[in-house]
Amino acid sequence: MMIIDWLSDICLLLGGILTLTGAVGLLRLPDFFTRLHAASVTETLAAMLLIIGIMLDTGLTLDSVKLMLIILIMIIANPTITHALCRAAANGGTTPEVEQPSKSVTQTDLQNSSDNEVKTETEISGKEAK
Amino acid sequence: MIAAAVVALLITLALTLIRAFMGPSIYDRILAVNSFGTKTVLLIVVGGHALGWFSYVDIALMYALINFVGTLAVMRFFEQYSPDGEQL
Repeated sequence: MMIIDWLSDICLLLGGILTLTGAVGLLRLPDFFTRLHAASVTETLAAMLLIIGIMLDTGLTLDSVKLMLIILIMIIANPTITHALCRAAANGGTTPEVEQPSKSVTQTDLQNSSDNEVKTETEISGKEAK
Repeated sequence: MIAAAVVALLITLALTLIRAFMGPSIYDRILAVNSFGTKTVLLIVVGGHALGWFSYVDIALMYALINFVGTLAVMRFFEQYSPDGEQL
């Protein structure tokens, strides 16, 4: 009984920390796709950890079976929504903020920088066209 | 430790609501509202267990299903229409 209580506490604590970090990432990250990445972590792992913590606390009853059903729904539904939202945003014209690769070049890249710049610009335009 | 989880969930709800109000694009708002719904389900589960509510799990289960369908509906709408209501 003692070990199950400890496991439940650990799961609840980890879930709370993960939801907090996900919310901070959702608020502070610069781009829509990075915000989506930060939010999608909390919607599967943190939800699973919190509900498993409650399941360990309730014991083997009908409530824990229903909590298992909630975990199943969340595992199926939330990645589906994340994927569909990412595709809808990409179709709707949202582009990720790509940092220019020529800002962080090394010494050997500086010698033939003109070729590199042309190549990276064509690569970026090709990515945006997709 | 349940109290710590409830406090973390409440702070998360507040931060998510800030993103939903100041989100630059419409997709940011949809993402924030979906995340808010998921955190509401978790808050119902954790808080209902802590306060000893009767049949809180059924409410959480129903809320999870409605959240999924509602987010999909709003997202499919804004995939085909602009925020002004004109068809793309």
